Amino acid sequence: MWKIAKYIIFDIIKSKVLIAYTALLALISVSIFMMDTDVTKGLVSISTVVMIIVPLVSVVFATTYIFNASEFTELLVSQPISRKDILLGKYVGIGASILGAFILGVCVPVSLFAFSVTALVLMLVGCLLSLSFVSLAFLAATMTSDKAKGIGLSLMIWFYCAIIFDGLVLLFLFSFNDYPLEKAMIILTSLNPVDLGRVMILLQLDISALMGYTGALYQKFFGSGYGMLFATVFQMVWITVPLLLALRIFKRKDL
Amino acid sequence: MKILASSLCLLLLLQVSVMGETLIVGPGKTYSSLRAAVAIADKGDTVLVLKGTYVSLNTIIDKEITVLGKGYPTLDAQQKEEVVTITANNVKLDGFIIRNSKSGDMRDFAGIRLHRVHNVTVSNNRLINTFFGIYLSDSKNIRVSGNTVKGSREAINSGNGIHSWKCSRVTISNNSISGHRDGIYFEFVNNSLIKGNTSANNHRYGLHFMFSDDDTYRNNTFKNNGSGVAVMYSKRITMLHNVFQENWGSSIYGLLLKDITSSQINGNRFVRNTTGVYMEGCENISVHQNDFSNNGWGLRVLANCVNSTFEKNNFKSNSFDVTTNGSLSLNRFKDNYWDKYEGYDLNKDGKGDIPYRPVSLYAQIIEQIPQSVMLMRSFIVSLLDKVERAIPSLTPESVKDEFPSMKQWTR
Amino acid sequence: MDEIIEIRDLKKSFGKLEVLKGIDCKFRRGEVVSVLGPNASGKTTLIKSILGMVLPDAGELLFNGQPVTNTFEYKRHIGYMPQIGRYPENMKMGQIFDMMRDLRQEHAQDEDLLKTFKLESMFHKPMHTLSGGTRQKVSAALAFMFNPEVLILDEPSAGLDPLASEHLKEKIKEQSAKGKLVLFTSHIMSEVDEIAGSILYLFEGKVRFFKELDAIKSEAGEVRLGKALIKTLI
Repeated sequence: MWKIAKYIIFDIIKSKVLIAYTALLALISVSIFMMDTDVTKGLVSISTVVMIIVPLVSVVFATTYIFNASEFTELLVSQPISRKDILLGKYVGIGASILGAFILGVCVPVSLFAFSVTALVLMLVGCLLSLSFVSLAFLAATMTSDKAKGIGLSLMIWFYCAIIFDGLVLLFLFSFNDYPLEKAMIILTSLNPVDLGRVMILLQLDISALMGYTGALYQKFFGSGYGMLFATVFQMVWITVPLLLALRIFKRKDL
Repeated sequence: MKILASSLCLLLLLQVSVMGETLIVGPGKTYSSLRAAVAIADKGDTVLVLKGTYVSLNTIIDKEITVLGKGYPTLDAQQKEEVVTITANNVKLDGFIIRNSKSGDMRDFAGIRLHRVHNVTVSNNRLINTFFGIYLSDSKNIRVSGNTVKGSREAINSGNGIHSWKCSRVTISNNSISGHRDGIYFEFVNNSLIKGNTSANNHRYGLHFMFSDDDTYRNNTFKNNGSGVAVMYSKRITMLHNVFQENWGSSIYGLLLKDITSSQINGNRFVRNTTGVYMEGCENISVHQNDFSNNGWGLRVLANCVNSTFEKNNFKSNSFDVTTNGSLSLNRFKDNYWDKYEGYDLNKDGKGDIPYRPVSLYAQIIEQIPQSVMLMRSFIVSLLDKVERAIPSLTPESVKDEFPSMKQWTR
Repeated sequence: MDEIIEIRDLKKSFGKLEVLKGIDCKFRRGEVVSVLGPNASGKTTLIKSILGMVLPDAGELLFNGQPVTNTFEYKRHIGYMPQIGRYPENMKMGQIFDMMRDLRQEHAQDEDLLKTFKLESMFHKPMHTLSGGTRQKVSAALAFMFNPEVLILDEPSAGLDPLASEHLKEKIKEQSAKGKLVLFTSHIMSEVDEIAGSILYLFEGKVRFFKELDAIKSEAGEVRLGKALIKTLI
């Protein structure tokens, strides 16, 4: 597994797309900090990027790479290596590469220009989102058999998580305004990794506003470390569950 | 050094002896308690209390004397009574540890009580575990300065730190108050000054201010109080260079203004409050040159406020800058710096060329559906806000800064 | 024990399409078997089943007498040359060989083809710069490198230049003589005629026949395999 990961990293770090992604992130981060003297405002702008671009590139790049390497995967399957090791090796390889791009492109500039607790949370969120969307890419790629469908599915996952989902939640809130929705809202949030990441950033940037809510559940959620813990744990779930599902499918998949 | 100190001491004693005698209270001295010394003292005398712990079950100072503690002697009411009551004019009480007053429902037991007096100074005392700390009633020309008032009782058994009722010309300066119900409480107090105090971690308000006109408070810090600061039903209040921070929670405000007229709020800093300033029924208020940063809501101004101006303030990193429940057309926003402003300044006059509307659509939504707080900073919300700013239809048209400053105001 | 691979009643469908409808056959060491059949007869599926790329719905695959479905250790004894070999594009050719040694944790035991195909001089080239033919050479060299007991070659000469194709045929004959089982698919009859010892003919997911090449020819009374096959199948 580690060997496969190692060779995939060797391969990906020379990939132009990944280099371009790293450069893009670095360019965005650095230019935001250059343009704006207000560090917190810079972090807010970067967090928007993290919420949209990181999931998009993670899921599409990973799906594309998996499909482009499908013949190589076949070759690996014909070798005395278990399918579990092959899939996990690929995950570690692709995940580490995407994570590396995020670390170089965002974490390094953020640490240099604006190191703070908020910055740390932002970095954590970006890393978790990268990994969860690579996980979702594995699920999308193992569920489908041809490249076009797989990439389509991964784009849909991104579109749903990053854009549609919150709109649906807002609609839901408007429709059921008269009911107590606190618990429902927290459950809904856990259904979307992007929202979980967003809530983690909210807990840093907007805690003053969040503390204005009366409900006991929100108070508990926002006021203690509980919310942060909850969001981190569910991000982990979003990393492991799609990957385990992908593994289940891959073990039985005909190549 | 020692010679200098002792000669100063001598000088002081000489000075005092000119005005009157000095009675010394201490273990093995002529007087073993403050009460005993006060009983003997005459007008103009000084009672000097040496270091030690003295039981003081409501010692009444009813003569015009100076009472000094040396090395912080402790007056302890053992939770049975008040500690000290001053009922004479021209008294000075300085340098004591005052502790353990009784709690009660019927009477407001205090650490130091002043009643119907004038020209009294209470300075440099440390009040520990009292029900009410320093209690002023019906008094004039009072100076309360340099005291530390530290409550340690739960909310239900706490009185106010510095309580003032029906007084005038009171100066409360450089005190530090914590752990009480209200840090500083003013009711019917006029022409007074509150300056340089720190009021933090009190159960209710850091400063609670009612029916008190022509007062000034400046350079105070109000931090992490249960309900922030409330200033209500008063006229001509000047609030300058105070810091309001970390007052968190529902209906908790950095500064709550209710039915205030003709007042100034200038040069204050509102940092990390759920709501920086809340204004209800206010008239003729100038809110100028303040900093609002990292608040949930910078300003919440209800529609029943009129004729107020908001100028040259900085709004930075607030979740929402301004909200209201209706129209603010009778008030005026001008020259403020808004970090969320996305306009441009083509003629380089330092003012944005298009007006800024600080009330966002999402702020309106959240007002109706509080649960939508979970959607803050989401793509859909920023999309809604952008659309609304481009084609305003729902947000109150009236709230706009015609000349937003492009640059932060430096103070 | 002479039989190295045994397939018992192997069935596989993709959705509603039944691709293998119960295949039974045994392959022995030293045999060179050509798997033939029309398009969609199940050749590729059979090969992939043996390699564990396709998991059968029913039936058994035995390797050296042991059932091996859903295991992977037996693949240590198989060398596979895919029809289209694609490798991580940004890796250099030399790295590919190193990687395979590393992944299998074996030393290269047979590097003849590296020399015959003159691959070593191209070790520094990234894979995406190589022609299809060169990549086929890489695949071939990899299949033989670990001296496996079974060689599975899918259209081995497709894309190879005639000379390389000849070298590969020589290599196959040589390995067969050493007692290796060689399974291959091909659509070039002359190639089959030249190197195959027997033919497994699949038709609509079933074994139509599995006979020695000479037997087919003599039964049909033809010298050339192509014609003999046509006669046999009519």
